[in-house]
Amino acid sequence: MGFYFTQFLTGLASASSLFLVAAGLSIIFGVTRIVNLAHGSFYMLGAYIAYSIVTSIDVGPVGFWLAVLAAAVAVGLIGVAVEMLLLRRIYHAPEMFQLLATFGVVLVVQDAALAIWGPADKLGPRAPGLDGAVRIFGELVPQYDLAMIVLGPLVLGAIWLLFHKTRWGTLVRAATQDRQMLGALGANQKVLFTSVFFAGAALAGLGGAAQVPREAVSLFTDLNIIAEAFVIVVVGGMGSILGAFLAAVLISELNAFGILIFPQITLVLMFLVMAVILVVRPWGLLGRPEFIARGPGEMPEAPYRPADGRLKLLGLAALLLLVAVPLAGDDFLMVLMVDVLLLALFATSLHFIMGPGGMVSFGHAAYFGLGAYGAAMLTKLLDTPMELAVAGGIAAAAAGAVVFGWFCVRLSGVYFAMLTLAFAQIGWSVVFQWGDVTGGDDGILNVWPAAWASSRIVFYYLTLALCTGAILFMRHLLYAPFGYGLRAGRDSPLRAEAIGIDVRMRQWHGFILAGAMSGLAGSLYAFSKGSVFPDIMAIPQSIDGLMMVLLGGVKTLSGPYVGAAAFHLLEDQISRLEFWRAILGVTILFLVIVFPQGLVGFLRQRLSRDEAAP
Amino acid sequence: MTAALSVRGLSKAFGGVQAVENVSFEVEAGQLLALIGPNGAGKTTCFNMLNGQLAPDSGSVTLEGRELVGLSPRRVWRLGVGRTFQITATFSSMTVLENVQMALISHRRRIAAMRPRTASLYRDEAMALLERVGMAAQAERACSILAYGDLKRVELAVALGNEPKLLLMDEPTAGMAPGERVELMALTAGIVRDRGTSVLFTEHDMDVVFGHADRIIVLNRGRLIAEGSPDTVRADPHVREIYLGAGTTFAL
Amino acid sequence: MRIPTRLVLGAAALAVVGMSGAASAQDIRIGEINSYKRLPAFLDPYRNGWEMALDEINAEGGVSMDGKKRKLVVITRDDAGKPGNAVKIAEELVSRENVALLAGGFLSNIGLALADFAKQKKVLYLAGEPLSDALVWESGNRYTFRLRPSTYMQAAMLAEEAAKAGKTKWAAVAPNYAYGKDGVGAYKKAFAATGAKVEWIEEQWPPVFKIDAGPVVRALEQAKPEAIYNVLFGPDLLKFAREGKLRGLFEGRMVVGLLTGEPEYLDPLKDEAPEGWIVTGYPWYAIDTPAHNKFRAAYEKRFKTYPRTGSIVGYNLMLSLAAVLEKAGSTDTEKLVDAMKGLKIEDSPSGPFEYRAIDHQSTMGAWVGRTAVRDGKPVMVDWSYRDGAKYLPPDEEVRKMRPAD
Repeated sequence: MGFYFTQFLTGLASASSLFLVAAGLSIIFGVTRIVNLAHGSFYMLGAYIAYSIVTSIDVGPVGFWLAVLAAAVAVGLIGVAVEMLLLRRIYHAPEMFQLLATFGVVLVVQDAALAIWGPADKLGPRAPGLDGAVRIFGELVPQYDLAMIVLGPLVLGAIWLLFHKTRWGTLVRAATQDRQMLGALGANQKVLFTSVFFAGAALAGLGGAAQVPREAVSLFTDLNIIAEAFVIVVVGGMGSILGAFLAAVLISELNAFGILIFPQITLVLMFLVMAVILVVRPWGLLGRPEFIARGPGEMPEAPYRPADGRLKLLGLAALLLLVAVPLAGDDFLMVLMVDVLLLALFATSLHFIMGPGGMVSFGHAAYFGLGAYGAAMLTKLLDTPMELAVAGGIAAAAAGAVVFGWFCVRLSGVYFAMLTLAFAQIGWSVVFQWGDVTGGDDGILNVWPAAWASSRIVFYYLTLALCTGAILFMRHLLYAPFGYGLRAGRDSPLRAEAIGIDVRMRQWHGFILAGAMSGLAGSLYAFSKGSVFPDIMAIPQSIDGLMMVLLGGVKTLSGPYVGAAAFHLLEDQISRLEFWRAILGVTILFLVIVFPQGLVGFLRQRLSRDEAAP
Repeated sequence: MTAALSVRGLSKAFGGVQAVENVSFEVEAGQLLALIGPNGAGKTTCFNMLNGQLAPDSGSVTLEGRELVGLSPRRVWRLGVGRTFQITATFSSMTVLENVQMALISHRRRIAAMRPRTASLYRDEAMALLERVGMAAQAERACSILAYGDLKRVELAVALGNEPKLLLMDEPTAGMAPGERVELMALTAGIVRDRGTSVLFTEHDMDVVFGHADRIIVLNRGRLIAEGSPDTVRADPHVREIYLGAGTTFAL
Repeated sequence: MRIPTRLVLGAAALAVVGMSGAASAQDIRIGEINSYKRLPAFLDPYRNGWEMALDEINAEGGVSMDGKKRKLVVITRDDAGKPGNAVKIAEELVSRENVALLAGGFLSNIGLALADFAKQKKVLYLAGEPLSDALVWESGNRYTFRLRPSTYMQAAMLAEEAAKAGKTKWAAVAPNYAYGKDGVGAYKKAFAATGAKVEWIEEQWPPVFKIDAGPVVRALEQAKPEAIYNVLFGPDLLKFAREGKLRGLFEGRMVVGLLTGEPEYLDPLKDEAPEGWIVTGYPWYAIDTPAHNKFRAAYEKRFKTYPRTGSIVGYNLMLSLAAVLEKAGSTDTEKLVDAMKGLKIEDSPSGPFEYRAIDHQSTMGAWVGRTAVRDGKPVMVDWSYRDGAKYLPPDEEVRKMRPAD
């Protein structure tokens, strides 16, 4: 009995730390609708700053907590800087575009932390006055765990008071529930957004700083916490702080007791819980239906026009250029362009559901991965010829999209995004854990192309033909009723249903098609690399896809492949430099500010400025 | 004349508030029926139950004898009920023409088609509908840049896409200039005459209501309180009281 | 609409041309790939190590080939921790940079991807850091060699030491990925091979670098094992060690730790380092051989810090590359591969070792000892160097595991 009670306490302590970081994210997300990938960076900075303070000054019990608070305030100010210098410039960019900017911040902070604090992990001192353990039912429990158990509800209470007893809190709640009400309340949106960023970042910093006595500060901290924080926010229900607290407790306790029965469960538990919760309760535990999914003042996409002569000529020229690549006599250029082509197809398939479909997927890598693993396993286990293995890869990805998509299209907005993420993580963990079949993280080796396609030139042309064909096919679909049906569901589900269009069915079909196309890219990728590893269906791959689409311009048709090419070639070049992450991050921030409509969106705006409608 | 739409004992409560209570009425074929009442009377709730957007707590809605309650808006539309919304709902990323084409494509069940280009489908038919509502000249413009009154016309053309037996129009002239209102209602009346379509509409503008409706029903606090020809309703003391009490101009 | 693509392509081409102008045609080019930015804590010292060796070799004029001295040029690239990237970079280094051979890797999966690439494209690959046993056994191939003592070798060293204690009830904690699984599997196998009685009563598998240490420590504690085998490292180890100490997990229990004694992992614990654990590691402060003293002095002078395990691995890697180039007398891949087989390095800081012809594994060893805290700093005591050659399975077994070339 004592064991289980103290295990429960241990779970609560973990829950508190998760809650702190999730609460900040929830507030930022609720008010500004920005998917802030940099929230993990705020958390990490809080930990590093607190570490620096407590190791450079001899703090006592009171001093320790002051140091934690100071770190939180410092991170809050960093949040304000990010908001004022960066995000404020791009609030009117298309939905989700800010994601790209926060990704740039993540990269910059990673290298900055490395430069400031060095590569080695930092283990801070234990908290003065709370450095021992007490016996509860005969079991040792660290005093600091008890402090954490108190801190979580304390912060929850403080936020509740702030929300219900101050005007600021009223505004935050109003903005979270219904953005249109905000204008009615006469709020100064600029001040509100900045203050919300301060509060959210400070909470993340507090969460990080409070972890210093419990765990090592390392350069992995930011990416480790960010997915978890989003899961907590979404499971709890967007905008519900109490929901976030309950979700943190639920997940931490399931984890604490789950490992007693099935220790490997930690890999995927969080995402399993999220998938189940979202399927049963589409708006999380305590969330409310989302009424307005779009950002403020967003302009709708322009109507599709058939490509004019100039555009067709440009496309033809680009294609000729691609056909001429092998003439350069540079083997590596072909290898690089195969990567670019496959990523272009991957990004275009993501754009297919994200742009015209209005379904932003955070887990599109799942279908890329299913394609790659489908093809690789057929090759490895059944010795299937390459041509069939590629078809098998497409089928595997499509099958995955049939199942996952069926659940996902029942949700919308960020809940849709997070369910796609959950399914992708579940898929990833199966591949990762099921070593006997998938090779686990040692992957599947020796998946090289069939003899006839093994020369670089042949494989390049094969890839070029298939990717161009698939991209043109998707482009054609967007001009066909299939694509118009998707856009109808995005523009106005109300109108679509009122003229007999089954919006979910359209979305489901679109999702499956995009999955299959992503699967084609994945299966070719397996053959181009000769091996597959689980990282191709992990979160970073999905994020990369999003970056490519946003960089190119989500409201354009050629945006995704232009974005893919730009992103990959930039990364390829910049990663040769010493502080390449910071440089890549700054480059992204630069592009974000200069081209808030994406690269192609910007070009189109420039080209059509003269012909613009009144 | 036979009833195109027949509503019996329709009720809906939100939380503790009875939004619509035991409402019954009929729309006769080829008739222009106005549903009026002060703000919050339950008009839109009533409308949303007719086309399946909202499930009633009790009651029945039949279209030419066929039960509509329990069907989705899609199914109701397929049975021949077109709808326009109080706040216009159009596909903002498409042109005016494409909006109408979408209704035609859906009507012919070709919405999942992968082969044809949307632009080439039912173009003439769509142009004819736009012609009918006076929007042909703006066919190639994006819906997102249209004036509000023009959007209302587009919605009407879209709603006519499936050759509906019944048109449900929620405040068709809201947000329009007075001149436009009369024009639109005259247009609607013309369509009723030419096609034999029945129309049920809600409206705040009493000029529009009394100028065009064949019959009027009046809703107050979820209940039906008066029904009859424009003259009957105009003379109803109960109706006068409500409208004067609510402070609405009631041009008599 | 595709103008940006072309612009970027053009810029890319320019940049590449600009970068490859420096080296002279006489130089021997070596491609090195690693996850420097992803794992700087482990790879910064490694880079220091090979850079130092490289400069020492080039200061002597380089390697002798055809009676002439030729300098070594290393083209090093970051793979961002992605195997797909590593393969792409390998393609570039081979086809565009004309490197004579490839080296590097830290993560096992990147090592395996590069090994497979080496096999397919017939280019020599020397893996420095990757520990995966599969690299030289199940997935071994003619073109791949590995320097560092593998998971199996280090586990076998520990098992030999631990079996003497006579503990039978064991629990294991390891990160949930290939290295963790290999580490536990190899230890179990090696322990069983000693003939000692053993019963595994509990296993915990936290996700790598994401341990929730409290519940894990308590789950282990509840099983009441006599001894614990630890494969955790990096931030996981720090958290586990602190929680375990607070919650009394290590009291009265024997703990064995794979790699736990390596300065990269042990030093951040400072005075909280656990005492009395049996570990493999690198007691750089106490090794007193002429070769090591020279290495250490030069390293400390140049980098103003002490060497880590990665430093010695990086250093030995470069020594091996220079040696094989001299021995082969050519940059021809097949000649290099033949030269690698049985290549002996006599004067490395860690002592002599050799690349076995049978499985391409080097016999570089490791140091086994017990952890202690001296003057507030964690150290290894009662340590001894174990020659890797003694901790490899019998040849017959190796032949069975390894596919024919």
